Amino acid sequence: MAELTYRDAVARGIAQEMTRDPDVVFFGEDVAKAGGVFKTTIGLLEQFGPRRVRDTPISEQAILGAAMGAAMTGLKPIAEIMFSDFLAVCFDYIANEFPKARYMSNGQLKCPLVVRTGNGAGSRFGAQHSQSVENWAMMIPGLKVVAPSNPADVIGLMAAAVRDPDPVIFFEHKSLYAAKGEVPDGEIVDRLGTAKIVRPGKDATVLALALMMPRALEAAETLAQEHGIEVEVVDVRSLVPLDLATILSSVARTHRLFTVEENPRLCGWGAELASIAAEEAFYDLDGPVVRITTPHIPLPAADNLEDLALPSAPRIVDKIRRSLNA
Amino acid sequence: MAVAAKRKLKSRPDEPTEAEVSAEKLIDLYRRMLLIRRFEEKAGQMYGMGLIGGFCHLYIGEEAVVTGAMAAVELGDTVITAYRDHGHMLACGMDPKGVMAELTGRRTGYSKGKGGSMHMFSREKNFFGGHGIVGACVPLGTGLGFAHRYRGNSRVSLTFLGDGAMNQGQVYESFNMAALWKLPVVYIIENNRYGMGTSVSRSSASPNLYGRGEPFGIPGEQIDGMNVLAVMAAVQEAVEHARSGKGPFILEMLTYRYRGHSMSDPAKYRSKDEVSRMRQEHDPIDQVRKRLVDGGFADENRLKAIDNEVKAQITEAADFAQQSLEPDPSELWTDVYGEVEA
Repeated sequence: MAELTYRDAVARGIAQEMTRDPDVVFFGEDVAKAGGVFKTTIGLLEQFGPRRVRDTPISEQAILGAAMGAAMTGLKPIAEIMFSDFLAVCFDYIANEFPKARYMSNGQLKCPLVVRTGNGAGSRFGAQHSQSVENWAMMIPGLKVVAPSNPADVIGLMAAAVRDPDPVIFFEHKSLYAAKGEVPDGEIVDRLGTAKIVRPGKDATVLALALMMPRALEAAETLAQEHGIEVEVVDVRSLVPLDLATILSSVARTHRLFTVEENPRLCGWGAELASIAAEEAFYDLDGPVVRITTPHIPLPAADNLEDLALPSAPRIVDKIRRSLNA
Repeated sequence: MAVAAKRKLKSRPDEPTEAEVSAEKLIDLYRRMLLIRRFEEKAGQMYGMGLIGGFCHLYIGEEAVVTGAMAAVELGDTVITAYRDHGHMLACGMDPKGVMAELTGRRTGYSKGKGGSMHMFSREKNFFGGHGIVGACVPLGTGLGFAHRYRGNSRVSLTFLGDGAMNQGQVYESFNMAALWKLPVVYIIENNRYGMGTSVSRSSASPNLYGRGEPFGIPGEQIDGMNVLAVMAAVQEAVEHARSGKGPFILEMLTYRYRGHSMSDPAKYRSKDEVSRMRQEHDPIDQVRKRLVDGGFADENRLKAIDNEVKAQITEAADFAQQSLEPDPSELWTDVYGEVEA
C-alpha cells in the first residue's frame, strides 16, 4: 500500500500495461517530452523510449485515425486527447469508425484501443475546456466508457481497458488529478462493467462517478451527521458496460434513487439510469428518481459561476433532504 | 529542402513510364480488369432489378488504377480505400461470390450482410475496407503504415482516396504525420474528375492534387490512370520508396468514372460527349486489348475465351448472391462487442 495521486496513477497504469505487452504503444499531444499537459505521463518516454511513447502533431483526427489503423492490425494503442471537449474535433472516429469496425466486418476487424482524455470542470477553463462529456460516448453502440474516481481505480480500470478487445473511452477527471488515495502494491487489474458500493446506507441510493464521487460522499456524511439520513453511495465507474445488478439491487434495498451528474441536464447519463429504473425498479421505488445535474448551460469561467453550475455537496444534501422530506 | 521536394513533383500523364511485363502478365492484367468491369456491370444491373439496395458506387472506367497498383505490391502489403470499393476487393483477391452476396445482403457475404456495399473487409487478403466517410480512410491508412513501421516489417500501406477527399482537413493531418514519422504509406488519389457531382476544377483551388504533399516534403506524381502499365510502374516506384524507409509518396491517378457517383445519380453535371470520348479514346481495358491483339500476344479466340471465363465467374457470383439465405436474425446482435478474456 502506498499513497498516490490520481495523476501519478495514470502514468503507473500505462507503464504497467506497456511493461506487460510490447504491442501497447502510447501517443498524443505533448505526452512524451513534456510529460503531458496535466503532467500525467511523466517518465514514460524515459522508461519506454520514443518508439513506444510519441508526441504527435496537434491533429486529433490523425491521432485517432492512426490509433485505429494500428489497432486493426493487432497493436494496442493508447491515444490521448488532451481535453475531452476536443473529442468533437475527431468525433468521426468516436462515432463512425471505432465502434462500427467489428460489426461491419463480421468480426474480422477489431479495434482494441484506449482513448484517454481529460474530462470535466473545476479549473475555470471555460466552456470549451471544461465539459463533462462521458454521455457523448455512452450513447454510441460499440464503445465502452469508463470514468474512474480514485487512483486505484485509474490503474485497475486502465489495465482492464487496455486488455479489453473493444475501443474504450477513458475519462480522467481534470479536477481529480491532485487527489490522493491508497493504492495496493504490484499489478492492479480491475474489471469494466463493475460498480462499487463505496458507502452503504439504507435510506436512498446515490449514483455518481468521477468528481461527483467525493462530493456525493461528502454530502452523505453531512446527511448522516446532521439529518440522520443514511444514503448508499455507488461509484458507477463504468457506463458501458453498466453494472445494473449492483445498481438495481441497491435500489431494491433503499427504495429511492438519486443521480449526481456533471453532464448538462439533457441526456446526461443519469437520464438513462432513471429510465432504466422506471422500467426495471418501478415497484421498488417509494418516490420519483431525482437527478442532480449541471444545468443545461455552457460552462462559465468565473470561479463563483462555475462553482454554482456544478453539483456541490451542499446542493446534493439539500436536494436529497427535500426529496425525502427530512 | 524545398528545391529537392520540388524536383520530386512530376506530372507525366502524357509521357508514361510503363512497367515492362510479359505477355502472360499483360493477359492477366486484362483478365483482372475485365473481372471488375463485368462484376460492376452485373451489380448495376442487379441494383436496377431491386436485388441490391442501399448505396452502390461503381468503379467502371477506373479499373486500371487498382489493378495496376495491386500488380506492383508484395504479399503482406495492406490496402484500404473509401466506398467505391468493389474493384479493390476483387483486385485484392477476394471472392466475387462473397462480395456480390454482401451487396445483396446475404449471410454468405464478407460481412454476413451487415456491412453492405461500402463496408467489406478481408483480414486474410489484408484488405482493411471499405469506409463510408470521405477522407477517413486516410488517417486509418496512415495508422496501418504506423503499425508496419512499429513492427519493423517491410510492409507498405496502400491508401486509396478520391479527389473529393483531397479537400478534407484530416488528409493534411495525415500527410504531416506520415512525413514526420517517415511512415511507409503510398497515397493513391483516384482522380475521377468529380467529387460526387462537382468537378475538381469547381471544388479545388489548386487542381494539382499530386502536389498537395509538397509542403510536407512528400514526393508526388500525376499519372495516366487509364494506362494500367503506367499505373503499375508508378506504384512500383512509390512502394519501393516507402519500403526503403524514405516515407510516404503521393500518386495522383487521372481516371474517369463512366457511371454516376452512385446508382441514384444520373450524372447530369457533365456532357454525354465527355463520357463517350473517354470511353472511346481512353478505356483502360480496350487499351490493353488492343495491345494484346496488335502485339500478337493474344488472338481473338484467346480473348473471347477469357471473356467467357470472366462472364461465367460473374454469373456464378450473381447466382450465389441471389440463392444464398438472408442473415439469421440472431446476427443483429453479434460482433457489437468482443469476448472479454477472464
